Amino acid sequence: MQQIINFVIRNKTFLLFLLLFSLSLAFTIQTHSYHKSKFISSTNFLTGGIYDATNNIKQYFNLKEQNKVLIEENKQLKSILYNTNIPNESIPQLDSTIHKNFEFTTATVIKNSYSSTKNYLTLDKGTSDDMKQDLGVITSKGIVGIIDNSSQNYSRVISILNTKIRINAQLKASNHIGSLTWNTKSPEFVQLIDISKFAPVKIGDTIITGGQSSIFPKGIPIGTIDTFGLDISGDTYTINVKLFNDMTNIGFVYVITNTDMEEIKLLENPTDE
Amino acid sequence: MNSVALKMAIQFMMLVLVQVLVFNNINFLGYINPYAYIIFIILFPVKNNRTLFIFLSFLLGLCVDLFSDSGGVNAGACVFIAFIRPPVLKFSFGMIYEHQTVKFAQTELGNRLIYFAILIVIHHFVMFSLEIFNMSDIILILQKTLFSSIFTILLCLLITVLFSKKPR
Repeated sequence: MQQIINFVIRNKTFLLFLLLFSLSLAFTIQTHSYHKSKFISSTNFLTGGIYDATNNIKQYFNLKEQNKVLIEENKQLKSILYNTNIPNESIPQLDSTIHKNFEFTTATVIKNSYSSTKNYLTLDKGTSDDMKQDLGVITSKGIVGIIDNSSQNYSRVISILNTKIRINAQLKASNHIGSLTWNTKSPEFVQLIDISKFAPVKIGDTIITGGQSSIFPKGIPIGTIDTFGLDISGDTYTINVKLFNDMTNIGFVYVITNTDMEEIKLLENPTDE
Repeated sequence: MNSVALKMAIQFMMLVLVQVLVFNNINFLGYINPYAYIIFIILFPVKNNRTLFIFLSFLLGLCVDLFSDSGGVNAGACVFIAFIRPPVLKFSFGMIYEHQTVKFAQTELGNRLIYFAILIVIHHFVMFSLEIFNMSDIILILQKTLFSSIFTILLCLLITVLFSKKPR
């Protein structure tokens, strides 16, 4: 016994190093699995508060750009509104009895990163504003990511620029689906894999979300096809997609809540008895 | 003694804040960021309590990790360089270190450069390996290590020159 204690005391620096290093290794490995990386995140009171305070100052510097984005979006919405020939009476009124599938909430991005291989954004809304895991996040131009962790006042979003994420996507021209991944090369491009080789792929075509998952509704724009090629096995296309969003400059986002999500999940995972 | 501890604490907090609010957002050429907060570990007094030193390094890395959502990559790399610091000190300063009288402001620039470079390159290599965690991307790891290291070394040398008291 005496010898064991002596050994510990003699090697206490090395043992401490080993302990702390394996602790940080455990934290690192934990972040590799989605749904588990809750421990070390920027959504806590202190880090969220600091990012919020600095963002309050930074916001003023790109007000002009944000205005431009809003005007652009308004123009688009107006052109849809006045070019569809619906008689005036049938334009949906604000009526709480109409069942809505998707609800939208706005939020501000208080932290964004795009230079690492696993990028996250932090939003200024949390569980007190009904933010929770597995909600989709978009801007007026295209998709941004999925919420993976919420505290009371802040939530963390896995950016599409993260090697962990896979989003269901499809070609706009046909219904061929694939998954969206990122190869860490550039923040402007993501990769669409597993598109069948029978699909009519053309440079410049639009990629949209697929609607196979309950997170995003179908038809949210993602980007355009930049280059494409058959993958090694020769059965599927790997497509380089140029994003509509400038992921390096994101101010305000919409969070999508699917009101039917619980019902869909219940159907997909029947309780095993 | 107490004023030294207070100074250290302020330094610690300032470095974390500057790192996460300024240096993490530089993104030079898209992905090159300096990690200058490790100057706290590099310039920690040579005569120290090693257990405390390693623990503080871990805390420093963990704080940066908390802010940048990176799991434990900074913490791991910081603990690693804190642990291997004595042999590196011995290698780069030789005799002066043996007598335990290293004062960083009075050392020669060449020695200091070697010391900084070794620790920074090791830190960055461990950090990017942990972050990417895939040996088939070794080229990417080395590339990131190389460019970020150059940036960090320059910045650290600049900081030591700017903030050192002139010997009279």
